[in-house]
Amino acid sequence: MEKYTIIINGKKQEVTAAEDMPLLWVLRDLLSLKGTKYGCGQALCGACTVLVGDDARRSCSLPISSIGNQNITTIEGLSQDGNHPLQKAWVEHIVPQCGYCQTGQIMNAAALLKSNSSPSEAEIENAMAGNLCRCGTYNRIKDAILTASKS
Amino acid sequence: MPKFPFLKNKESENKSKVFIPSRREFLKISTLASGGFLLGVNFQCSGPKGELVTFAPNVYLSIDSDNQVTIIAHRSEMGTGIRTSLPMIVADELGADWSKVKIVQAEGDEEKYGDQNTDGSYSVRMFYEPMRKAGATARHMLIAAAAEKWGINASECATENGQVISTSGKKINFGDLVEGLKDKQIPDATTITLKGFSSYKLIGKDIAIYDNKDIATGKAVFGADVDLPNMQIAVVRRSPVVGAKVISYNDAKAMAVPGVNRVVQIEGAGIPPGLDKPLEGVAVIADNTWAAMKGREALEIEWDLGENQTYSSAKQLDDMLKSTTGNGQVRRERGNFNAARQSAGKVIERTYLAPFYAHATLEPPAAIADFREDGSCEIWAPSQHPQWARQAVADALQMDLDQIKMNVTLLGGGFGRKSKPDFVVEAALLSKSAKSPVRVQWTREDDLHHDFFHAQSAQRIKATLDKNGNFSGWNHHTVFPAIGATASAAELHPSDGELGLGCIDFPFEVPNIRIETHESKAHTRIGWLRSVSNIHHAFAINCMLDEIAETKGMDPVDFILDILPENKDLDFAGEIKGDFSNYGEPLEKFPWNTKRLRGVIEKVVQESDWNKMVSDGKAVGFAVHKSFLTYVACIVEVTNGSNGQIIIPDVHYAVDCGIGVNTDRIRSQFEGGAQFATSLAMSSAITLENGQVQQNNFDGYQIIRMPQSPKKIHVHIIESMEKPTGVGEPPVPPYIPALCNAIYKLTGQRIYQLPIKV
Ligand code: FES
Ligand code: FES
Repeated sequence: MEKYTIIINGKKQEVTAAEDMPLLWVLRDLLSLKGTKYGCGQALCGACTVLVGDDARRSCSLPISSIGNQNITTIEGLSQDGNHPLQKAWVEHIVPQCGYCQTGQIMNAAALLKSNSSPSEAEIENAMAGNLCRCGTYNRIKDAILTASKS
Repeated sequence: MPKFPFLKNKESENKSKVFIPSRREFLKISTLASGGFLLGVNFQCSGPKGELVTFAPNVYLSIDSDNQVTIIAHRSEMGTGIRTSLPMIVADELGADWSKVKIVQAEGDEEKYGDQNTDGSYSVRMFYEPMRKAGATARHMLIAAAAEKWGINASECATENGQVISTSGKKINFGDLVEGLKDKQIPDATTITLKGFSSYKLIGKDIAIYDNKDIATGKAVFGADVDLPNMQIAVVRRSPVVGAKVISYNDAKAMAVPGVNRVVQIEGAGIPPGLDKPLEGVAVIADNTWAAMKGREALEIEWDLGENQTYSSAKQLDDMLKSTTGNGQVRRERGNFNAARQSAGKVIERTYLAPFYAHATLEPPAAIADFREDGSCEIWAPSQHPQWARQAVADALQMDLDQIKMNVTLLGGGFGRKSKPDFVVEAALLSKSAKSPVRVQWTREDDLHHDFFHAQSAQRIKATLDKNGNFSGWNHHTVFPAIGATASAAELHPSDGELGLGCIDFPFEVPNIRIETHESKAHTRIGWLRSVSNIHHAFAINCMLDEIAETKGMDPVDFILDILPENKDLDFAGEIKGDFSNYGEPLEKFPWNTKRLRGVIEKVVQESDWNKMVSDGKAVGFAVHKSFLTYVACIVEVTNGSNGQIIIPDVHYAVDCGIGVNTDRIRSQFEGGAQFATSLAMSSAITLENGQVQQNNFDGYQIIRMPQSPKKIHVHIIESMEKPTGVGEPPVPPYIPALCNAIYKLTGQRIYQLPIKV
C-alpha cells in the first residue's frame, strides 16, 4: 500500500492504495465518486471513461501509480449543475435508456469535442466505437453529440 | 413461483390490495423536522407549523399539504422507462403538475403494491387501468373537497397543473385541500369516471424520463453505487461447470493480499442448479473491489467438476439438429401434413440454428446486503423481481419474509437476467457470514460465464406447395433446452409457455400444420432473454416464409398478406395440444387479431422504400411477428460497405401496441431493440466446451458498436384505442429475419445459422 496524491476534478485527493489498483476503483471505492462505472475491467466497454488532461482514458486500466499529477476529470467534475453542452444535449435528446453506459459515453464525447469541435457522423462513430451501449442508444448519442457540437 | 416468471401470472392482478384502502394508509402525519424528504422544497404548509399533512388515497400516490405530489414507481427501471410511464398515468388522471411530481421507488412488497415482476413486457398492460384509477380517485376527492368549499357543483370543477379549477375561474392548490380530506371516505375505484383519451396531457405524448438529468450528471444510483458504512466487497469464484462442487480450497495466498479479510464458501444447488439459487463458489471478502479481485486470483480450489465436464455446446447443437429428422412430440396439428407432403408439387426443407446468448447487461450483477444482529436483513439490488429476490433470501437464510427489506435501485440493463435472484442471495449469505454489510460484485467474466443463457436452438421447417403451387403444408420442428430444466432436470421438451412464444401461434392460413418438439437436456443454466424463444422462432419462420415466397415467384409481403386472414380472431382451437398461454391473458380480453397484423405490414410498407426500385448495392428485407401481444412489422435495408462488411442505413418498424402511453419511450425501445437484435444476429454467441463458457469478456462475446449499428431507425406507431401492450421485447424478433432476408437479397446468400457470417 502506498500513499498517492491525485488531482480529481481540480481537487487534490490523498488516497492509500495498492500501486496496481486501477483508477476506477480508487474513484468508486476510495473516493465514493460513483458516476464512473465498471463494465468490463479490460478497456473493452468504455463505461469507466474519464478525462486525463484532455484525453479520454479507460480508468479500469489505469493503475493509480501511473497517474502522477495529471488532471483527472470525472462526470462529477465535467460541469457545474450539469450544464455542459453535451449534458444539455443528452437531456434534450432523452438519450439514456438504462443509463449505465451514459457517463462513460459523455466523457468520451467530451474528449472528442475537445479535439474536434465539429465532428462528422463518421468521425463520431469512430471516436465512440470503444463505448458500448447494450440498450442500443447509439443513434441518439450521435444526435446529441451533433447538437452539442453546434452549440 | 409461477413456472415462467416472465409471463404474467393470471392471479397476481387480483392479489394487489391497492384498492382496499385502509384508514392507516389514508392519512399520515410526518414531521418536517425529520428532514430528508423535504429538503429543498419550498412550498407553504397548511398544517400546524412544522407538520406536514399527507393525503394518500392509495399506495401509489400521496399529496402533501405543501403541494408535493409523490408517485410510487413500483416496477423496476432497467431502461424501458417504466419508472416514468406508470407514474405519468397517475399524474395525468390526477391533473398534477408533472414538472413538480416526485417519483419514489417502491420496496419489494407485492402484498402492498401488487405485481412487481418487471418482465414479460406487461407493466403497462397490467397497470394502465389501476394507475388511471389511482390518479382519478384522488382527483374525485380533491374536486369534491373544492366544490364543497366553494359551494358549487363538482361538475363545475376540474383539475389542472396541481390545482382544482372551476368553470368560473376559481383556483385552489391541491395542498390546500389535503387537511380537509381527513375524514372523507375514499370512493370505490370501480365507480370513478376516468378521463377520456383526448383530455390527456401526458399519455400519448413524448415525455422525458424522470432520471434523464441524473443519468447525464452521474447522480443516478445503480446497484453497485450504494455505499454503506463498514461495507466490505465480495468477489466470488464460482463453479466453472454447472453442477461442479468444491472438494477443497486453500485461501492462504488470497488472505495474504492486503485488504482481504476473509474467504467464505458458498454452497450451490448442484444439478439442477435452480433459477433462484447461487452457484457453488468461494468468496473473497475484502476492503475494496480490487483487493477482492486479486484475492480471488490467488485462491486455490480443487473442484469435482461433475457430470457436465464433458459437455460441448457444438456437439449438442449437432445432435439437436439430427433429432429433428425424426418424429417429435406433436404440439399442434391441423389437417394432415404427411398427406400434404405426399401429394406435394414441391417440398422446401430448411434448418435454422441459433446459439446461446448472454444478457451482458452493461452493469454486471451486483447486490448489497446488510444482515444485522437483530436478525433482520436489508438489501439494495438492481432487481427485476424484488419479491422473488426477497423470497429467495428468506429461503436461503431461513428467515421470515417480513424480516427482509428489499430496496430496488436503478438497473444498468436487465433483459431478464436480473429477475434471477442468485446474486442477491449471495450478498445476503456473505453479509451474514461477514457480520457486516457486503456488496457482492460480479465481474464481466463472471457475468458471461455464469449467466442464465438464452438457449441454443435447432429448427427444421418443411413447407409444401401443392401441384397448383399453393402453400399447402407447414411442419415446424423446434428443439432447445427448456428454461424449466434449470429448475427440474426432468424437463426435456420446450414447455407450452415457450412454444406460445411465436411458434405454436403460427397465424397463417395453410390447411396442414404440424408443429413438433424434440428432447434436449440443459447442461448450463437456461433463462429468458429479451423476447425469449420468440427470437429463434421468428428467425426461422420469417426466413422460411421469404423462401416460400421466392419459390412461388411472389413478393414476400404480397405472399404473407395472401396467407393471412383479413380479419379473424385466431384461437387455434382443437389444434394446440397443450395450453396456449397468450402471455397469460385470456383471448377474449386480448384477441389474436389478423387485421392488426395486416395493419402493421401495410404501414411499414407504406412508410419505407419497400415498393420503390432498390438501387444497385442496396437491398431490403421484411419480417412480421407478434409477441407479447404487440404487433410488429419490420423492414431492414442493407448495403455493402467499402471493405465488404454489411451496413444497415435504415430500419423501419410499424408497431401496434394499442394505446401508446409514452411515445418517446416506445420509439426508444424500438431503436434499442434494433440495436440489441443486430448484436444477436451479427456478433454474439456463447459456446461451451468441457462444460465451460468459452467467452470471457466483450472481446469474445461481442456487442455491436456504433460504427456497425443501424444508422437510422424509423418507428411508425399505429394510432389505436386498443388496450395498451408492451414494447420492451417485441422489437427484437422480427428484426433478425428482416435483416437475414435483406442480406440474402444483397449477397444471394441465405442465412440458416446465427450469428450471421458474411
Ligand atoms: S470498465 Fe473500463 S472499459 Fe469497460
Ligand atoms: S443506456 Fe443502457 S447500456 Fe447504454
